[in-house]
Formats: sequence, structure tokens, C-alpha cells
Amino acid sequence: MSKIAGRFQQLAAQGRKALVPYIVAGDPDLASTVPLMHALVAAGADIIELGVPFSDPMSEGPVIQKAHERALASGARLRDALAMVATFRERDPETPVLLMGYANPVEHMGYARFADEAAAVGLDGLLTVDIPPEEVAGVNAELHRVGLDNIFLVAPTTPRARIQSIVDQASGFIYYVALKGVTGAGHLDAEDVAQHLAHIREATTLPLAVGFGIKDADSARRVGAAADGVVVGSALVDTIARAAAQGASQEELLKAATELVASIRVGLDSIAS
Amino acid sequence: MTTDINTKLFASVPDADGRFGVYGGKFVAETLMSALSELEILYRRLADDPEFQRELDEDLAHYVGRPSPLYEARRWSDRVGGARILLKREDLNHTGAHKVNNTVGQALLAKHMGKRRVIAETGAGQHGVATATIAARLGLECHVFMGEEDVRRQALNVYRMKLLGATVVPVTSGSRTLKDAMNEAMRDWVTNVDDTFYIIGTVAGPHPYPMLVRDFQCVIGREARAQSLAQTGRLPDALVACVGGGSNAIGLFHPFLEDESVAMYGVEAGGHGVATGEHAAPLTAGTPGVLHGNRTYLMQDEDGQIMHTHSVSAGLDYPGVGPEHSWLKDVGRVNYVTADDAEALAAFHDLTRTEGIMPALESAHALAYAGRLAATMTPEQTIIVNLSGRGDKDIHTVADIDGIDF
Repeated sequence: MSKIAGRFQQLAAQGRKALVPYIVAGDPDLASTVPLMHALVAAGADIIELGVPFSDPMSEGPVIQKAHERALASGARLRDALAMVATFRERDPETPVLLMGYANPVEHMGYARFADEAAAVGLDGLLTVDIPPEEVAGVNAELHRVGLDNIFLVAPTTPRARIQSIVDQASGFIYYVALKGVTGAGHLDAEDVAQHLAHIREATTLPLAVGFGIKDADSARRVGAAADGVVVGSALVDTIARAAAQGASQEELLKAATELVASIRVGLDSIAS
Repeated sequence: MTTDINTKLFASVPDADGRFGVYGGKFVAETLMSALSELEILYRRLADDPEFQRELDEDLAHYVGRPSPLYEARRWSDRVGGARILLKREDLNHTGAHKVNNTVGQALLAKHMGKRRVIAETGAGQHGVATATIAARLGLECHVFMGEEDVRRQALNVYRMKLLGATVVPVTSGSRTLKDAMNEAMRDWVTNVDDTFYIIGTVAGPHPYPMLVRDFQCVIGREARAQSLAQTGRLPDALVACVGGGSNAIGLFHPFLEDESVAMYGVEAGGHGVATGEHAAPLTAGTPGVLHGNRTYLMQDEDGQIMHTHSVSAGLDYPGVGPEHSWLKDVGRVNYVTADDAEALAAFHDLTRTEGIMPALESAHALAYAGRLAATMTPEQTIIVNLSGRGDKDIHTVADIDGIDF
């Protein structure tokens, strides 16, 4: 069983939900990312989702777009994200880590080389926003060869008949996109999310995490009730950006990030199992 | 759209998955996948529907003003020497460029899908103007995304779009040019997918766009082929068209692909010169990758990040290219070459002064290469150059370069 699947199973046994924070590798600078990852785990994160900076992050709202721009300006690339995972693993062999990003950097490195390097640094999974099941055969073959999970998105616009073709390609967990739009947008409708999650559960036993639009303890609690976990991206990235813009020290930066994540942890743990 | 003169090879793309060999495909976020399927199903149905074809043909004839003339540029031909050069006058279309052939077609699709809002990306502004124009005619709400840098250098077209009732949204992310406008249009589409039709302006983007934009632009080549036979009694020896995303080039080339005697040249923007790295020539100097929903040749660095491009013409300032061009390059059917900023500007002035036709700076790249090519050919041979747009929109750019302040 993969580390990601194991973590979800362990949480389910405890009646708890997975908290999956997202940060961009190299935002606001190269040196902060690994300390941030450790701090997020200490604050209650179960799985770390590390964004791979890309010049054209088509699915991101303004907050995460700017994080990609800052990370690129600090020099962070795919190989740096992999190196950060290696460094993180020196102190934390347990917490699952997945990379989230766009097809081109992975494609340019080569699927086989990416899989080898990812396995060597102790990465657990990959989520490429712009590789749908129709295009995934090449990359999945390599990920499976080295035992990495491939995480897929299911959207509110995904027809029920299509859900099966997605979950058949997926492992680790399914990432349900809670709203039509880019990251960080809009208003969540918890009932609508719960209904879609029910449809997905008819097709798979994989755990379901919900992301896009979860910004605090309350939204995490409302959406988390029907899910197995929540992803917190824009709200956390925005907290980091604000602290960095005010010239915060690394210590202050970690404090701001951990306060948000710890409060969401409390919200999630308040869901009666 | 009923003429099919292609061999099995050229008619075989795209396949059912939208691939041209290894290129093309549908590399988009899951939220858009069902919208793309819906569009493909509708398009495949309407492409064979005589009523839809009649509607489209009527718009092309009476609104766009087709057929566009095939004009022999005798004075300019004499000046460059060698082969006879004929210009396919897409600049004479309503709105002044080939772009409208496609917007008329996609707007009809939007109407059939019952969408009340259309969006578009634009570089030079020609596609934005063509979209705003058809939106005005059909009473559709229209939002055009345009890089802040292009808003500055194409102020005239920005105002034209506003006069037509469109909202022009300046894009301030990334390099603030066409690629970023396309990112932003995709973000809008993913948010408003229920009521919005995305009118992509070139033969790029996810399947089925490269196929349907090609099909709508093929009217250029079908006309040119018939006109060449009628006016010169033979097929041309060579076709030349500029390539940014590549819609005017594919429109001219595609109906000739089976004609083995016809050589084809797609002219990319050489910018300050390919050797300087400051250009927009992915087929000449790039490598395959994935951007904006398809696999194609890209200008990218060693980490797979998309590079900034440079061209004097906003419409060619794009780091990717339509996937069918990538395939045509690999199978060797089309030659991809470059003309740099200085050559394009010289051709702009030359054609204006010898023929009284002011070309768009994009089209001037094709003219610059055609001039070079003609000089190596004989007076019995002919070249058709796609004069894809008129140059009025570029007067400010040219004046700036010449140091003239209005």
C-alpha cells in the first residue's frame, strides 16, 4: 500500500479527516520551503502538496499565479522541488508528499527520468492539472513502475458516466474540485459538494479530498463532513505572501502559516465521526 | 467544407483523440473536458449538415465579402525578380484579416449551443476585433483578453473593440502578451463554462479547436486553388504564409497538401534574428512540449518553462504553434523558415510603395520570405502569398520605428 493510501486508512480508523496544505516550492524563496513543510506537519497537516512552479499556470487564480511568479523569480524549478522533497525526507520519512503542477516541466524532464528521480527522493504522488485520463497512459506507466500514485481531478462538470474512466486511472485519492473556476475563487456550496462526492463514491473506494475554495476552519468543517480530506491552497499561499510582503523573518512566516493550518485542523477535528 | 482532395495521410489527422501524430490532444483541466466533448459532438454533426453549411457560406459571401481576390503583384514581382507573385487578399475581408473566416464559423456554433456570451484571446487585436464584430451582429456579450503590452502597442484595435461593444480585459500576468491572454481566457472559460463559448483565434488549443479552426480557414486555400487554375491555368509552384499560431497558413496550405508539385513555406517570426534567441520561431528553434491544451513545438528552456518571445508583430509573438504544423514539419510536407523584424519592415514598405497595398506586419513576414524565394525561381513559376491582413493597425508601430511622433 502506498504511503498516501496508508495515511488515509489510518485517519479513517481514527475517524479523522486528512488535512492537505498546498504551498508552491520556492515561494517566497528557496530556503523557506522545507522549514514550511515541517512546520505544516507540526501544525496538523497529514499530506503535503507541493506546487511545481510553471510559467503558465492556467488553472490558478491570481493568488497562486503570483506565488508561481515569485517562485520562478527565486529560481525554483521542478528539479528544485524534487530536491526539497529529498531534504524534507531527511527529517520526516513518514508524511506523504505529492507534487502538483502542469504537464510541460514533467514532460520536458521525461516521464521515465521524472519517475526515477521522484522515487529516489521519496515522493509519493503526482497531480498534473492538465493531463486528463485521455492523455495519461505514458506518464502512468512510469509512475506505476516506481510505485507512485497519480492523483486525478474530478470536477463539478464531470458527467457521471465519465467518473468511472477517471477513477480507473487514479490511485492514492481523488481530488474533487469544489467549484467551477480557478483556485481560490468563489463561494462553496457544501450540499452540492456532498452530492457530487456521493456520485464519485458509487464508482470508487478511493478516499476523496476536496479542494478549491476552502479558506478557513468553517469552510473546512462544512465541506469536510462528506469528504475524507480537504486541500487548503490559496488561503495558505495568501497568508505566506502577506507575511513575506511585510518583510517577515522565516520564523514569523512559519508562525503565520502554522496558525492558519492549526485553526483548520481544529475545524476538521470538530466534525463528529 | 465538402471538398476533400487530401490523401489518406493528410485526411487522417486529427484522429479520434484529436492527435496529429504525437501532437495535439486535449491537455486541459478536468473542468473543461465535458465542454470540449460537447463542442466536438456538435461540430461533427454540423460539419455534415447542409443547412449549417448554407448559413456559413452565406455569411462568408455577404458579411465577410468572399471570395477574396487573388491578385498578381506585378510591380512588386518585377522589383524582387524571378517568379510571378500572386497575393491572396485576405486583407480585403470585413474587419481586415483572415481571422473573421473563423469567428463567423465559431459564432454560428455558439448560436447553435445557445451560449449568450463569447470570449476570445487576441495578440495583434485582429481576432479580438473579428470576435467583437460577430458578437455585435449576433447580440452576444463579448469579453476579449489581451496582454497589457499588446493593449499598448495596438491601441487602435482596442478602441475598435470597445466601439463594437466588447469589454477588453488587459492581462497583467506573465509576459503580458498573447500567451498570457490565452491563459486568462482559459481561466474565464473554466469559471463561466455553462454560458460561455470560447472562440479560439488560431489552430492551437485543445481538440477540437485545431481541427475546427483549420476547417473554417480552409476556404482560403480552396478559393486560391480554383483561382490559380482559372487565372494562370495551373497550380502555383509555391505557397507562402506567416505562422504565429498558424491559422492563415493552414487555411492556405491544407487544400493543396495532396498537390505534390506545390512547395509550401511557413514563415515564423525571426525577431532580432534566430541566433539572438529573441524571436518567436518554435518550429525553427524550439522543441516539443505541452502548452494551452496541446502537444506541439514550443519555445521553452531546459526546465520546460515557456520562454518570452519577441516579434515586431504582436500577432506572431507566441511561443507555441498549432499542432498540425508540428506534424507537417515532422512529416516533411511543409518547410518552416523565418523572416526577421528588419526584413518584415522592409517588405511592409516595399509592397506599400510598389502596389499601394499596406500589409499587416504579420503578413509582411510572408512577403519578405516570398521575395527571397522568388529571386531563386523563374518567371514561368508562380508563388501565392497569403496576405493575411491589412497594415492599418500597424501604422503606429511603423511610425515609432521610423521615429515619427503624431
